[in-house]
Amino acid sequence: MSDAVKELKKIAEKIYDDLAKGKIPSIELPARTKSNIVFDDRYRVWKYGSQNITRSAVSLSGAYMLLRTMYVIDFIKDMIEQGKSSTLRELYYISEGWGEAKFNSQDESDKLAEDLEIITKKLREDFKLRPEEDGARVIGDIVIEETTRKGEKRRIHCQDDVGDAGYSIPYNVEKEKLRFVEVNADKVIAVETGGMFDRLVENRFDEKSNAILVHLKGQPARSTRRFIKRLNEELNLPVVVFTDGDPWSYRIYASVAYGAIKTAHISEYLATPAAQFLGVTPSDILNYELPSDDLTKEDISALQSELSDPRFQDEFWLNEIKLQLEIKKKAEQQALAKYGLDYVTDVYLPEKLAEMGYEM
Amino acid sequence: MPIAEELAKKQRQISIAEFFEKNKQILGFDSLTRALITCVKEAVDNSLDACEEAGILPDIFVEIEQIDGDEYRIVVEDNGPGIVKSQIPHVFGRLLYGSRFHSLKQSRGQQGIGISAAVLYSQLTTGKPAIITSKIGEGFPAHRIELIIDTKKNLPRIIKEEMVHWKKKSGTRVELFVKGKYVKNRKQSVYEYLRSTAIVNPHAHITFIEPDGNEIIFERAVDELPKQPKEIKPHPYGIELGTLLKMLKETKAKKITTFLASEFSSVSLQKARQIVAKAGIDENKEPAKISLEEAKKILETFKKVKLMAPPTDCLSPIGETLIKRGLRKETAQLSPEFISTDTRQPSVFAGTPFMVETGIVYGGNLPKEERVEILRFANRVPLLYQEGACVITEAIKNIDWRRYGLEQKGGKGIPYGPAIILVHVASVNIPFTSESKEAIANVEEIEKEIRLSLQQCARRMKTHLSKKAKKEKAKSKFLLISKILPEIARKAAEMLDKPVPPIDDVISQIMNIVWIDDEVVTKDGMAESKIKIINYKRKPQEFILYAEIPSKEYVMDVIPEPLEIRERIIKWKISLKPSEKLELSFKIKCDGIDFDENNLYVLGIDPVNIVGAEKWEGEE
Ligand SMILES: Nc1ncnc2c1ncn2[C@@H]1O[C@H](COP(=O)(O)OP(=O)(O)O)[C@@H](O)[C@H]1O
Repeated sequence: MSDAVKELKKIAEKIYDDLAKGKIPSIELPARTKSNIVFDDRYRVWKYGSQNITRSAVSLSGAYMLLRTMYVIDFIKDMIEQGKSSTLRELYYISEGWGEAKFNSQDESDKLAEDLEIITKKLREDFKLRPEEDGARVIGDIVIEETTRKGEKRRIHCQDDVGDAGYSIPYNVEKEKLRFVEVNADKVIAVETGGMFDRLVENRFDEKSNAILVHLKGQPARSTRRFIKRLNEELNLPVVVFTDGDPWSYRIYASVAYGAIKTAHISEYLATPAAQFLGVTPSDILNYELPSDDLTKEDISALQSELSDPRFQDEFWLNEIKLQLEIKKKAEQQALAKYGLDYVTDVYLPEKLAEMGYEM
Repeated sequence: MPIAEELAKKQRQISIAEFFEKNKQILGFDSLTRALITCVKEAVDNSLDACEEAGILPDIFVEIEQIDGDEYRIVVEDNGPGIVKSQIPHVFGRLLYGSRFHSLKQSRGQQGIGISAAVLYSQLTTGKPAIITSKIGEGFPAHRIELIIDTKKNLPRIIKEEMVHWKKKSGTRVELFVKGKYVKNRKQSVYEYLRSTAIVNPHAHITFIEPDGNEIIFERAVDELPKQPKEIKPHPYGIELGTLLKMLKETKAKKITTFLASEFSSVSLQKARQIVAKAGIDENKEPAKISLEEAKKILETFKKVKLMAPPTDCLSPIGETLIKRGLRKETAQLSPEFISTDTRQPSVFAGTPFMVETGIVYGGNLPKEERVEILRFANRVPLLYQEGACVITEAIKNIDWRRYGLEQKGGKGIPYGPAIILVHVASVNIPFTSESKEAIANVEEIEKEIRLSLQQCARRMKTHLSKKAKKEKAKSKFLLISKILPEIARKAAEMLDKPVPPIDDVISQIMNIVWIDDEVVTKDGMAESKIKIINYKRKPQEFILYAEIPSKEYVMDVIPEPLEIRERIIKWKISLKPSEKLELSFKIKCDGIDFDENNLYVLGIDPVNIVGAEKWEGEE
């Protein structure tokens, strides 16, 4: 029996035992809120604190949750035994056949899958559940060995063996699936938008700066974050994050560097505490005189909320956020095109990287 | 001044056609839409009155046909007693030939200027005569008369008359050609007038054919005629000088004392002497010789002497049960969840007996966000116009409906929510705000009675709503313990390959109450009430259960044996072990009464431990 199945079975046993002892069945799990994340000194990431919530059959909604939990556990168990996997969306649709245990929305089933990770201290991948989003793209001087679905091991050079779209990160990036064979690049640049990623590829910035370019695709998928973490930990490559200059992009950086609130239970797997923020910073908006937009009401309240977010409590961030609230402006990565298409690779990035201590 | 007198006075100088033109609004003919409604209303009100007076269950046929543009043909036919041939021209061909002017009796007829006004309107707008067919009984011929009104002399002029064969036993058919406008889906429409009429006249069967050929049938809900209202004499407290002078002139009494004692209600010979003495008038004086000054004195002393209230048995209410049936019948397509009705005791304003009845319909498919619908009635006649000026509307606005579960801005004004509010005022003399008789004046006594009656209905509605809310909550718990929890146990056992664990104990902990569920099923005039009790407490429970009943005499088949059946209550002793179930039932014969909702009470157990019954507050 796999470890994951063993851990999941414990949940079923707890509920069974509660009933057998005449106790109202319940399970406990950490509260998943901003007020319940604490800094883990050992891993230098943000994790859930000690506030727990109880799901109990005393209420109808609690009872529904327990029943769904049982069905999901049973489903995962079957899947593992049969060597299959499914997407989170498939899990949601499969629940259609579960009678009373059916989910009302995919949000509910996604959340429950996360709950199970938290309770069992296992990963979604251990449950053979994967997200439907396709993996982000990678271009750079690195050779990866991937175990394909046929069990073959295939080596891929992420410049020579791929098209301009780059190498696609699979949903499972653990060692049994993906190994780093050889690397000549000396840094990782994670890029928020597709437009900028393509610009850097076209301008051959991966070669010029000897960097591995990783496209984050907005809020990065788990596999992308895990991939970046492995590049950083196993290959000792420094990581810089290049995003738009607005509060939502800072959260993208935070989820890469410190862990996201939603997945704080696995921050130590996903977060890369050494990742540094390159820009666009509010200071850049002023220094490079970038074309900018006014902050919206939502932007302002997001910035204010970040001022009280434990993940942003350092001098750099507090200063930059306060500056932005003062100038009331935001700018996109592509605003750098104001000075020409090559400006970002010829001037901006070299200057910023040099500022951060990288030799070009 | 009553319009009759005004008209009588003016009649000498101007033609009635001119008078009609000037008073169109008062008479109810000021717009094409309203004129059509008024014509139908005058004829239908007469038909209902005539049928009831003759003791016949009304069967009324109404048809409106569009002839051309704004010209319509109206047909109203009844199965009433018919009108003798010689009277037909007077009833239809003379303005204000009604039999009811000065009579103090609760009747519909008080409310219009009469059918002849409709005839006049028809002739003034289309130039066509009215066609009346009437038959007074089996073996009699039917007479068909075409007539118009001579507007100079206010006399009927017969255009054509013939005897015809009519299959009907008896009845009257009125056919008018008028200029009008037929509207649908509006409060002020022929359809709404007939629907409202059907609600408060559940003994009537009304067939209605619309101009587009659509047939609507308002079914009869009861086979009993309403009690005939009695005519009463005026009470001194409500009399006006003009009327008093007229009565003095017309009386056959020889002495002022006998006049007072015989022509007024609540005045004995002794009281009459007292009044006359106080007014300083000789008690033997002839009524005809009483001067204006003396009459004024008498009127003043009327106010000073203590008199008994007028008799109130002259009123004929519709009754709670019949209003409920009427409302249920006419709102059936909206499937309302709750109907409550109330009939107040008769009361008096200014010497005039009156009484108020109300009803509230709630829920179902009634619109949730809109203003409630108000149905106003005076002596069983729907009031469609001047809602804002009516005491009924005023009384509704003065109630804080938020307390009863409807929305209302600031606790004042017409409430919003899925409800219909019905108010019926019955009186021998309805105090209308004006001669158009569409709104009842703001008389304090009437306002108060309406308010009290509506509050009674509203309280019942509130009780129903909170009961429903409690049940709803309990229902979700019930789903939890009856479906979800067993499923959790089954699934857990299946996954672990173990026997399904017993869950009774857990159920008791989750519920921790005594659960009472009840329903009333009505079939073939019999309402069966079924009550299910389950003890979800962990200890045995013993208590007394009370079920409200309309009256002992209607109750049958009480299961199990009760401790006692009292006039309004059945009383059981309940004793249940943990997880034990018990089913009780009884039947109610629904003749003349309705039973559609249980009211259950408990004694001897803390009410927080019970869902589905209230604490018993009466005697043990
Ligand atoms: N359909 C009818 N059947 C029998 N009698 C009728 C009918 N319509 C009218 N009448 C008689 O004619 C009278 C006058 O009617 P109308 O002029 O409408 O005045 P009102 O109804 O106010 O008394 C009624 O009181 C009634 O006696």
